Amino acid sequence: MGMTHVVDRRLNGKNKSAVNRERFLRRYRHHIKKAVADAVQRRSITDIERGEHVSIPSKDIDEPIFHHGTGGHREVVHPGNKEFVAGDTVPKPQGGGGGQGQGGASPDGEGMDEFAFQITQDEFLDFLFDDLELPNLARKKLKDTEAFKYQRAGFTSQGIPAKLDVVRSLRGAHARRLGLGGARKRKLRELEAQLAELKAHPNEPDPAFSPQDQIDALEAEIKRLKGNLRRIPWIDEIDLRYRQHVKKPKPATSAVMFCLMDVSGSMTQVHKDIAKRFFILLYLFLKKNYKRIEVVFIRHHTSAKEVDEEEFFYSRETGGTIVSSALKLMKQIVDARYSPSEWNIYAAQASDGDNWNDDSPICGKILAEQILPLVQYYAYVEITPQDHQMLWYEYEKILKQDPNSFAMQQIADPGDIYPVFRQLFERKAA
Amino acid sequence: MTGTAEKPPVGNKPISTTSEWTFDLIREYDEEIAKCAAEFGLDTYPNQIEVISAEQMMDAYSSVGMPVGYHHWSFGKQFLNTSKGYQRGQMGLAYEIVINSDPCIAYLMEENTLPMQALVIAHACYGHNSFFKGNYLFRTWTDASAIIDYLVFARNYVAECEERYGVDAVEQILDSCHALMNYGVDRYKRPSPISAAEEQRRQKEREEYLQRQLNDLWRTIPRMAGDDDEDERRRKRYPPEPQENLLYFIEKNAPLLETWQRELIRIVRKIGQYFYPQRQTQVMNEGWASFWHYTLLHRMYEKGLVTDGFMLEFLQSHTAVIYQPPFDSPWYSGINPYTLGFSIYSDLRRICEEPTDEDRQWFPDIAGSDWVETLHFAMKNFKDESFIQQFLSPKVMRDLKLFAISSDEDEDVYRITAIHDEMGYRVLREKLARQYNLSYREPNIQVWNVDLRGDRSLTLRHVPVDGVPLGDSTVEVIRHVHRLWGFDVHLESVDDGTVVEEFHIPPRHLEDED
Repeated sequence: MGMTHVVDRRLNGKNKSAVNRERFLRRYRHHIKKAVADAVQRRSITDIERGEHVSIPSKDIDEPIFHHGTGGHREVVHPGNKEFVAGDTVPKPQGGGGGQGQGGASPDGEGMDEFAFQITQDEFLDFLFDDLELPNLARKKLKDTEAFKYQRAGFTSQGIPAKLDVVRSLRGAHARRLGLGGARKRKLRELEAQLAELKAHPNEPDPAFSPQDQIDALEAEIKRLKGNLRRIPWIDEIDLRYRQHVKKPKPATSAVMFCLMDVSGSMTQVHKDIAKRFFILLYLFLKKNYKRIEVVFIRHHTSAKEVDEEEFFYSRETGGTIVSSALKLMKQIVDARYSPSEWNIYAAQASDGDNWNDDSPICGKILAEQILPLVQYYAYVEITPQDHQMLWYEYEKILKQDPNSFAMQQIADPGDIYPVFRQLFERKAA
Repeated sequence: MTGTAEKPPVGNKPISTTSEWTFDLIREYDEEIAKCAAEFGLDTYPNQIEVISAEQMMDAYSSVGMPVGYHHWSFGKQFLNTSKGYQRGQMGLAYEIVINSDPCIAYLMEENTLPMQALVIAHACYGHNSFFKGNYLFRTWTDASAIIDYLVFARNYVAECEERYGVDAVEQILDSCHALMNYGVDRYKRPSPISAAEEQRRQKEREEYLQRQLNDLWRTIPRMAGDDDEDERRRKRYPPEPQENLLYFIEKNAPLLETWQRELIRIVRKIGQYFYPQRQTQVMNEGWASFWHYTLLHRMYEKGLVTDGFMLEFLQSHTAVIYQPPFDSPWYSGINPYTLGFSIYSDLRRICEEPTDEDRQWFPDIAGSDWVETLHFAMKNFKDESFIQQFLSPKVMRDLKLFAISSDEDEDVYRITAIHDEMGYRVLREKLARQYNLSYREPNIQVWNVDLRGDRSLTLRHVPVDGVPLGDSTVEVIRHVHRLWGFDVHLESVDDGTVVEEFHIPPRHLEDED
């Protein structure tokens, strides 16, 4: 029949629904944010960086239309009768509103009054850190070669074979062939038509002209034209087009994050867990903000030590507490590796507030005089449900002096982690 | 129906023996199926078969079968729902989606096996396709050659509005229109065909004209005193006759809407109109397509073009498609339109070919007639309601073991009013037909009055059937009407001349109520 056209569409874009999905998430961002906040509290530390299951009450998501309610008289036809005969009565289920709508739960136990769906890891993090920002983010001088990138910059007639743009080149060649050959081809067609005409009536009695001469002349001309046409190259060097890229410096910022954590004996497992969760949030947040970020992990009891991520989050320690040891180490590291003129420096410190009493004023002094001038932002979280100790009061003094680059919050139980985190990094109205 | 056909005649070679499909094989199958379809006189639009992936199928799903759709969160919701079900394996994707357009576009999923692809081609490209082309509702209400262009126009227009007036403003209007989408059709008027070019050309004209008309309607300059009797004017309703096309009425008469908002209403209305025939022919359309995939593939088998293995796989899918769980099964969710439609058409063929005494008594005109002609007649000239009323036979009622059950608000029992026996056939047929009557399925709500000279409020009137009240989302829908109308909106349920229920947005103050 030949009326059917079969098309392979598999390579056409999928995700035609991406925009609609995005619209959906946008509309229900409040619900999703709440689900994300709940998830952060529920999940284990290693588990925070993945998608999330979100449920929204159906009543919030239904698209209302006019429909019949329950009540009145109603008659419905069903299939699969077994023993009923006309006139039988069947008791209505107790408490039911009548009608046939049983509602209730779906077979997999999921309530029908919830609309449930999955958001991806990226979406999860987006919602997690929505409206948060790193305070005092200043653009610092760039030093890394990483800060260059290649950008498309149109096409050029010279380049390496790898960058040859075939389509564009062939298009050029096609245009050139048309340009050079078009007029000749038209002429050729005219001459061939004339020739055919002459050959069709070879013995036209016109003494003034010899048909054979004309035929010869035409044939010679046709031959010349064909030769000309044949000499037009199918592709020529001037047709070639190469994709051009230029190297552009990228105005990126480099940042370094110091994570300071107390791992002394007074920090119970619960404390450490809370601190770790806080730092993980922070770490994810930073990773989202910067392509390039370095993180320095410092943990301390009576002495401080720079460790890697693994050790920072997962190893155990005991002993007393001298907080200033960590601050001193941080200062040393900054001096050695992170010049404040080139780096945005952030620091977050978590502790249970327990410190060797004589040490707390020292901490305040180091922080105010040596560290705060170097950093963009320093956040302190104290993980304790109890009354504050000396360290907190020392830090409060600093807060009064320098509220722009210093912040402190208390976390009493795991439920506070995310709200406190949000408070610390809330986007402030400009 | 018997699933086994006779042994294939020797001589023809099966088209294929594997279950892997290739584009060449799809073309070959299509060609052979087309030949079979021609033997039975199926008249179709040209086909465009598009092979797509499962993800693309989910995309197609979520835009409710529109190949091009404007953006809206509800399609995103639909998409999430579909992909969730699919990933959990709860739900297979439909094997196919087919679009009422010219050429008729049918999607085949790449995951399907070859027998499945053949089934889909027979079902969609020859079954549904010929239904779209032949059924009077589709012929009247849709214009297959214009729909794609129109959808592209609609998408661009909505996108333009979003850019100009913001995503939220557009979303609000669309939300409200969607709530009324089923009330965007004049059932008794033939619509003008839609065309994107025409829409674009006339948009400007319409803008000017509409504004002039509105100005007339809402002229607020007081007339000369004594020039008209105040009471007389109050008694006159506007519109003089109730209007069932709520969207149309709002588009043309809402006092405050901007032109682009009216255009959005129009777009939703036109798309609703395009789907209007589908809502009324589900049983007929799916039944027709199922009858033909069954018949055409059996014909292929008779010709020796497909193997026994092919038929087994095909019949397994076919059986699943037309399975009807009984009312007391956990999988029961109403009558399966595939089953009902397939059973009626198959039985019609039987009545034509091997009529019994019962058939001669029930269908004197049809019994013994040419079955191909009779089936085509049934497909072309009916909608679900009249189709069932006309062609549901006692045998199908017995096969499906249909029974009717009635429920009254003030009784604590259900009553079985009819079953598949001599006494019950006519009652059952009537009840089942009525179940497919749109105006029975959806509440009858019309524009009753606009207080032109007063507070500009809009009053809608609901006429209940059998005392069935409005559902619990009514207030929400009226909120949407209110958003579009811009002034107070009232809805009254009027049963037999008495107002039985009222809804008001904004809600009335308590003082007013008592």
